[in-house]
Amino acid sequence: MQDLSNADCIVIQGSNMAECHPVAYQWVTEARLKGARVIHIDPRFTRTSATADKHIPIRAGSDVVLLGALIKYILDHELYFKEYVVAYTNAATMVSEEYRDTEDLDGLFSGYDDAKGSYSQQTWAYASSDGEDDETPGTIGGPAAGHEHGEAKSARAAGDEHGSGGPALEHARVLRDETLQDPNTVFQILKRHYARYTPEMVADTCGISVDDFEYLARSVTENSGRERTTAFVYAVGWTQHTLGAQFIRTAAIVQLLLGNMGRPGGGIMALRGHASIQGSTDIPTLYNILPGYLAMPVAGLHDTWDEYLAAIGNKEQKGFWANADTYAVSLLKAWWGKAATAENDWCFDYVPKLTGAHGTYQTTMAMLDDQVEGYFLLGQNPAVGSAHGRMQRQAMSHLKWLVVRDFNMIESATFWKDGPEIASGELVTEDIQTEVFFLPAAAHTEKSGSFTQTQRMLQWHHQAVQPPGDCQSELQFFYELGRRVRELLADSTDERDRPLLDLTWDYPTDEHGDPDAEAVLAEINGRHLTGDQAGRPLSAYTEMKADGSTDGGCWIYTGVYAGSVNHAADRKPGREQDLTALDWGWAWPANRRILYNRASADPEGNPWSERKRYVWWDAEQGKWTGHDVPDFVPDKAPSYRPEPGTGGPAGLAGDDPFVMQADGKGWLFAPKGMLDGPLPTHYEPQESPVQNPLYTQQSNPARKVFPRKDNLWSPSGDSPGADVYPYVFTTYRLTEHHTAGGMSRWLPYLSELQPEFFCEVSPELAAERGLENGGWATIVSARAAIEARVMVTERMTPLTVTGRTIHQVGLPYHWGVGTNAVVSGDAANDLLGVALDPNVQIQESKAGSCDIVPGRRPAGEELLRLVAEYQSRAGSTVMTSNELRTGHPESTPDTREG
Amino acid sequence: MGFWRNQLSGPTDPAADAAWDRPEPRKGFFTDTSICIGCKACEVACKEWNGVPEDGLDLLNQSYDNTGALGASTWRHVAFVEQTTDRIEQARESGRKLVSLGMPSVRSRDDTALAGGGGTATATLTAPGDLVPGAAGGPGPIDAALPAVRWLMASDVCKHCTHAACLDVCPTGALFRTEFGTVVVQDDVCNGCGYCVAACPFGVIERRSGHEGHEKGAQSHGISIKGSGGSGGSGGSGGSEGTGAAGHQGGGSHQNAPSHAETNGEVKNVGIAQKCTLCYDRLGAGQTPACAQACPTTSIKFGDLDEMRATARARVAQLHELGYPEARLYGVDENDGVGGTGSTFLLLDEPEVYGLPPDPRVTTADLPDMFRKAGYAGLTMLGMAAAAFVGRRR
Amino acid sequence: MDPKKTFLSWPVVRQVRSGDFLGRGPSVTSAHTRELAPRTATADKVVQSVCPYCAVGCGQRVFVKDGRVVQIEGDPDSPVSRGRLCPKGSASEQLVNNPGRQRKALYRRPGGTDWEPIELSTAVEMVAQRFVESRRRTWQDRDEHGRPLRRTMGIASLGGATLDNEENYLIKKLFTAAGAIQIENQARI
Repeated sequence: MQDLSNADCIVIQGSNMAECHPVAYQWVTEARLKGARVIHIDPRFTRTSATADKHIPIRAGSDVVLLGALIKYILDHELYFKEYVVAYTNAATMVSEEYRDTEDLDGLFSGYDDAKGSYSQQTWAYASSDGEDDETPGTIGGPAAGHEHGEAKSARAAGDEHGSGGPALEHARVLRDETLQDPNTVFQILKRHYARYTPEMVADTCGISVDDFEYLARSVTENSGRERTTAFVYAVGWTQHTLGAQFIRTAAIVQLLLGNMGRPGGGIMALRGHASIQGSTDIPTLYNILPGYLAMPVAGLHDTWDEYLAAIGNKEQKGFWANADTYAVSLLKAWWGKAATAENDWCFDYVPKLTGAHGTYQTTMAMLDDQVEGYFLLGQNPAVGSAHGRMQRQAMSHLKWLVVRDFNMIESATFWKDGPEIASGELVTEDIQTEVFFLPAAAHTEKSGSFTQTQRMLQWHHQAVQPPGDCQSELQFFYELGRRVRELLADSTDERDRPLLDLTWDYPTDEHGDPDAEAVLAEINGRHLTGDQAGRPLSAYTEMKADGSTDGGCWIYTGVYAGSVNHAADRKPGREQDLTALDWGWAWPANRRILYNRASADPEGNPWSERKRYVWWDAEQGKWTGHDVPDFVPDKAPSYRPEPGTGGPAGLAGDDPFVMQADGKGWLFAPKGMLDGPLPTHYEPQESPVQNPLYTQQSNPARKVFPRKDNLWSPSGDSPGADVYPYVFTTYRLTEHHTAGGMSRWLPYLSELQPEFFCEVSPELAAERGLENGGWATIVSARAAIEARVMVTERMTPLTVTGRTIHQVGLPYHWGVGTNAVVSGDAANDLLGVALDPNVQIQESKAGSCDIVPGRRPAGEELLRLVAEYQSRAGSTVMTSNELRTGHPESTPDTREG
Repeated sequence: MGFWRNQLSGPTDPAADAAWDRPEPRKGFFTDTSICIGCKACEVACKEWNGVPEDGLDLLNQSYDNTGALGASTWRHVAFVEQTTDRIEQARESGRKLVSLGMPSVRSRDDTALAGGGGTATATLTAPGDLVPGAAGGPGPIDAALPAVRWLMASDVCKHCTHAACLDVCPTGALFRTEFGTVVVQDDVCNGCGYCVAACPFGVIERRSGHEGHEKGAQSHGISIKGSGGSGGSGGSGGSEGTGAAGHQGGGSHQNAPSHAETNGEVKNVGIAQKCTLCYDRLGAGQTPACAQACPTTSIKFGDLDEMRATARARVAQLHELGYPEARLYGVDENDGVGGTGSTFLLLDEPEVYGLPPDPRVTTADLPDMFRKAGYAGLTMLGMAAAAFVGRRR
Repeated sequence: MDPKKTFLSWPVVRQVRSGDFLGRGPSVTSAHTRELAPRTATADKVVQSVCPYCAVGCGQRVFVKDGRVVQIEGDPDSPVSRGRLCPKGSASEQLVNNPGRQRKALYRRPGGTDWEPIELSTAVEMVAQRFVESRRRTWQDRDEHGRPLRRTMGIASLGGATLDNEENYLIKKLFTAAGAIQIENQARI
């Protein structure tokens, strides 16, 4: 975070940093006071724009065009950092001759399967120098080790598994042309792929003038290179799209070409929105991964331990993922202790198997089908905060039982008596058979534990007071729940209950029954189980073994409890340290603050420049040193070259800085891992008033859609009926509130600062629709109609896109309908439908189509009639905007099955 | 007679004038609005520290400002001003005029662009975190055109005037000059007469009213519990329906519930004059006022007034160098109508734009009048003190 | 009581003695004012903490007096936040002490129109029973190809991004052992 102050230029795009991360923004302010250029690219002029050097308004969802044009600009003007690009990226690597680009196939990459609506990634693989692979020409992602079709990968949101490094490759033998001239090199493919991403295309698609594009391109390229670095900052403005992961990939290509990765003041900063949302991804309360980004096993792919091991980390690939077996065995030992033995494959068969996507939206739909009986809500308010609020509330009314654990009486706990569906008559309180338990939660001051902040740093918070009344920590509640469940099953002889009964579930508690969080942290860190060191904490994940002699609940966190010291609680004051502040908290992995920081030195190990010195090779001492913990094998000399074909960390050359990548290189082209293409390419959002100017293919052909009557969409582009919902809406947060409001709308001091739901519109749109500042507006999407107070502001800019004026409507999503909060109002997320990015299964909430009219919305049945009348005028059916491959209805799931 | 001459206007050391034996260096704020991000942390931190109650849940339709103005229950107020190119040009023009009247010289934007490129190859980053001195505007084009829109944000606060009318008219001695040169209301002394309210040239000080929904006593907050003596029905009893139209059943935006009682469950100091104390209690312990401590970008700085003013002058000069002639200072002129203020502001447009009076004048016009009041105050207090004395002896 | 001190602390006497002829300085300070001490100085203890809102991870100092949080402010030691907080972080004391915060377990029965009070331990036991029953009813041992699944699709959970790592760890561990795979949090939203 502090490192942003080292940047010479900061591009904030897909983030409203000053509003949503104000305290982190001090480092941007500081960079700017030191002379850095700050550019904010956003559909709205926000408090970030107000304090940046320049705001560039963009049409929501068109970011790949802008960044793609930046790539083209860099390549055309030869402004890439050549030495870095050749040595550290896969620019010189040759790709299979089978590969076909979207430019060849009108918006599809090779390998698209209409019947599955997803890609086979085989033809995207690197060309191989290994003659043995001739039978699967030129690929190294062959089926031997469980080649998995994109459909299956998407179902388990495989993109998430790369939270700590790239996907597995079969081996490290690749062909390279360091002159970058061979037409099959990544570099040449990149040039061809982005050839049509011109400044004029940017103007036409994003609504950004050629001059503004030039300003951006010059600012970024002139502030990159040996002496200078540029940083990108994003947040959910990039992730919440059906193409979200590819937005970030495009920025990664820009930053790799400019040589900004792994260097001070460079990189791509992800700003996350919750105190430990990073931690809840590392130690996932997510369906598709196990702690440390190990995959959850999938039926049919990982039925056996050997199949699983082969899939998570091949011994022949380069880098630290080759040791994934040690991480997995240590995890299973931590969970099932003595019961986990080599003979029973460490209890691998105790782990439940996935059969498809089981994400929060699929679960919601399963509730509607009465497949889910019980639901826990832990500090989350889906009735307000999740996409398609109506679907969320309807779904919860199907539950047998619901447990809400929160500080305040959130809308998700009271939907059965004061939700909008009660008001509209769709649900009747007495008919809702859901049993609801409201259990009050302990606050951060009332329990000890660690949060992992947005830059992977764990920070311990110490308990200050006892929780009041019935309030309990989750630690205590779940420990107690587990204890009682095990008691209820204690006499069971059913084999299915073994995983619960064999589970290590014994933590020391205080006099109030609250488990010792530090004991849990020690388990997460891992221990030696045998030998002289038995019982001692591991000090690094490299100490983990696959023979059962170590355990550890999350390998990437190993080291946080090294030497039996809780390093998350390290608190050497910042002013007594340099900016990196290694003695404050602990960052995974290995307390490293900037990942891949080997790239801050040149191939010979010297800093690229004095000004950007960070980590370098100390030849005298024979080790890497610098301001940070070097992200490299500590004593591996820059000149080191492994025997060809060596796998694991030993396979990394002394100048392979991307140590978690299977070939040690930064990937401009992703031969594996991305489910919707090896290169980012522009598609329109699921709902868009604009026709894709690049291809016939309108939207991401691999996105996840749910054609159902309660999830209709506006027609897009030139389709008839698109003009019924002529405007683009985008949702967002304000400084004064926190997400769905559970921690802000109950607080008078925050509620008074932003008391009411409002929508932001330009004076031009206000004139077009007769909206008045301070008056009311009704906003209608293909799912719902809501009302908001109107804010007419010059900060909203109509954009000219493909020759038409496109108006955007801004909607903060903090409010919800209930009777208990200090302030309430309609929920913006009710407007959203469910369509997901295929890599990570995140919904598109940043761009949708709507209409806006003056006045308040009707109530009761009239409200439902209004929504239905719009749907009927637009001619929306379950197929509308749901064709995965444009013009090929058979590519859509429903019709496939039918 | 030097003492008397400087009691109403002109430069002076107010803490020494108030006869503190050992006055501290005068303390004040410097609010640099050019780096304010409008987050309102100052408003919340102030309220939280000082127990200032919530102050209304109305949407004001004034950009992102739902606070409105300083008052008894608002001691920090962030103003939001949206401007388009015309107004920005006017602000620049008025800034240039001020400069020509003697403010630091302004170089043209083009000069600045050419002179930019601070922190080039020769500047080294010896250790992360080292500031590159004087760097401003790296390579790359400076955007020469005025922006289509700008959004000014500025956190306003009590000015802690050198010549404080509120203090000078206070008949009870509730208002006093602290050893830090700041002006503070003693809520245990104030009788709510309101003289100070009319006297303040900035409209800062105000008597606290117990507005609707602020009934004394903790409010149960809308959870009705069957069988536990709950109030029954849904929450919101006594809550103002906000802006909702009567009879609207759709559940639109509204404020439920009685505005929360403040943290301690009731509004304190109703009827008493209230304003920023510059966190007198914290100052006494060598701590920073809550607002300045919270401010994420250091837009609000706190320290010795001399230092604050020096920092402000340096910053305004820097902004002029960078091509922002509209930057100007407010409150630094010791010969203005209030003798300069303890709160210094760097503004990017004329003061009126931010709701600040362009030429504030202390309202205590003449000395005899003040003397009369002071004498009256003294007598009143003597009586009060005697009564209290007797009372205590009882 | 020291009569001399009391007499000398009379405002007028103090006014004359101190030279504060206009009654604007020390001569008018009340006893309360003179004894003013910030609660940050009178607290029983200060605990280092981390802001519970966004993921920047600003350092907080929690001041405790008589077993109650009396103040939460930025921790100047933090190299990330340097003592600063945003409005939400600055409202943390209200978050934990807010009278509107729920402090009691509540129960809504099927078809019920209102909440009912419930003993916490009764509620936890009821949840444990429902957990076991739903798991039993919705258990899936194998898929249609006979491949092991060993899971329940009848129990789901949402939340974790606001919780501690240690809490998420226990949740993931317990649910995985129970075969309940539908665990999700804000990270996918």
